[in-house]
Amino acid sequence: MFHNADLISLLDGIPHAVVLVDEKLHIGRMNQRAEALTGRSNEETAGIPADYILRTNLHPFRPHFTKVFEEKLIVSHEGNILDLNRKIAPIRFSISPVESQAGEVIGAMIVLEDLSLTPFRMQEEGTDGFEGVVSISPRMQEVSEQISVFAGTDASVLIYGEIGTGKGFVAEKIHQASKRSSYPFIKVNCGALPEPLLESELFGHVAGAFPGADQNRPGMFRLADRGTIFFTEIADLPLPLQAKLLTVLDDGELFALGSTKKVAMNARVIAATSRDLKRLIAEGKFREDLFYRLNVLRLQLPPLRQRAEDIPLLVDHFMHSFSPGRLVPKVDREAQNIMKDYSYPGNVRELRNIVEHAITLSHGKTIKAEHLPEYLLQGDDAERYAPVWGAVAPGLAGAGEETGRAKRWDDVEKEMIIDALRKSRGKRSDAAKRLGWARSTLYRKLKHHGI
Amino acid sequence: MKVMIAISNADVAPRFDLTVEALIVAVENGKIAAEPRELVLSEPSGDELCALAVSEAVDLVICGGIDEVHYEYLAWKKIRTIDGIIGSYQEALRLLLRDKLSANMIVPGAA
Repeated sequence: MFHNADLISLLDGIPHAVVLVDEKLHIGRMNQRAEALTGRSNEETAGIPADYILRTNLHPFRPHFTKVFEEKLIVSHEGNILDLNRKIAPIRFSISPVESQAGEVIGAMIVLEDLSLTPFRMQEEGTDGFEGVVSISPRMQEVSEQISVFAGTDASVLIYGEIGTGKGFVAEKIHQASKRSSYPFIKVNCGALPEPLLESELFGHVAGAFPGADQNRPGMFRLADRGTIFFTEIADLPLPLQAKLLTVLDDGELFALGSTKKVAMNARVIAATSRDLKRLIAEGKFREDLFYRLNVLRLQLPPLRQRAEDIPLLVDHFMHSFSPGRLVPKVDREAQNIMKDYSYPGNVRELRNIVEHAITLSHGKTIKAEHLPEYLLQGDDAERYAPVWGAVAPGLAGAGEETGRAKRWDDVEKEMIIDALRKSRGKRSDAAKRLGWARSTLYRKLKHHGI
Repeated sequence: MKVMIAISNADVAPRFDLTVEALIVAVENGKIAAEPRELVLSEPSGDELCALAVSEAVDLVICGGIDEVHYEYLAWKKIRTIDGIIGSYQEALRLLLRDKLSANMIVPGAA
């Protein structure tokens, strides 16, 4: 039953993730959206306990199916899952019985509705008419308008902005406002994987394509079919893969690693960068033809220091999000002024971390200056990154000797690498360990900084 | 090397933040160096597991799904994570000892 071709096209037509399980709650079949949500293919998950693949908080899992199997009822539960991007996504699970032609229950169908995307939730958020964007600044108003316009086309988008300005957030908003919103939004972090794995992750591979490839695996492009694929830092894509990406974009089809079979590609591409791509092109590190292929629609996100009027609003927003179901603490005047005057080289992400730090130290009481990270008060860069940035960018503690506030992230990263190399006496593998990076990540960054 | 595996009965626990049991194993030269210890939390907590990993001076965490916050915390604390593992924790350990365990692996016998 689960191999019936008509069933597969029926499942893929449902605008939610759908998983079929047998009476032992082992996976029988997933639709394309479920594959995208979990990052797993049907081939590798067949017969695996469903809760191992879904990673849900409905635990233990079986009691939620009792009425379905014993009384043939349809039940609904709200919970969450851990998706392929390590995010906890709120989900409504609708579970219904699957019966044989003889009327015997042989399994269940689980429909997973992603509650973070429901129109009602989007209307609850945001203060400027564009759901989810917390801003009163004219600069971000322009961005909101651009998002609406870009969502109405299928053209590639290139989003520019410093780190922490919300490039991923905006990419997802474009997707959610587009006609592709019922289909997956797949994020690709080019810098997170070594080059050989990255090609397989992007384009998929067939069994036997390389040592250790025991099964066919769909790539990110296939998971994003009819949806959107988002490259978080396109400048991190190695040159050979840039060439392959350009071919895929031009031809609208791709070959999985080790395969001679063409597969149609129907994903909208959004890319983001915090780097100067024109400079990288001049240095031969980024392909000019790929740049023009991606740069059809361009969106520039302002750094937080250029929209300082949004700081109090964002502080309030994060205070609420870190105090769910509890009284939101107040912020005293001195702490407010310190936060308003700071330059935020890490932008919105840094502000979010500062608020989380302050709420934790204040134990839910009024936030004062003493609850803010010390570097906000002292302006010492080395201390700045240790407590706040540690969770986001490990290894930054102790970077460099210079002080000074509004340093570019690129300069800080370069100093941090040189510092780690000095302490490791030039041994790159030791320096990578100090920084908490894979060696391949360090090598790419050494090339980027010309070290 | 000291390894912590988030477990649920005989398997690697599907969710790090919903785990109550962890196995601490000392590994040296591809072999288990001492009797593994099983630790049990009073209730599921990703924060408690992270604190345990730090207090036990663990070098590597093996788990099923782990959310970004805990993953990055462990990285900040210089603790490597091999996540997305599905199946028997004994099989996962066997693969680790042979240096063949990698993220998102469904280990033999999981189905």
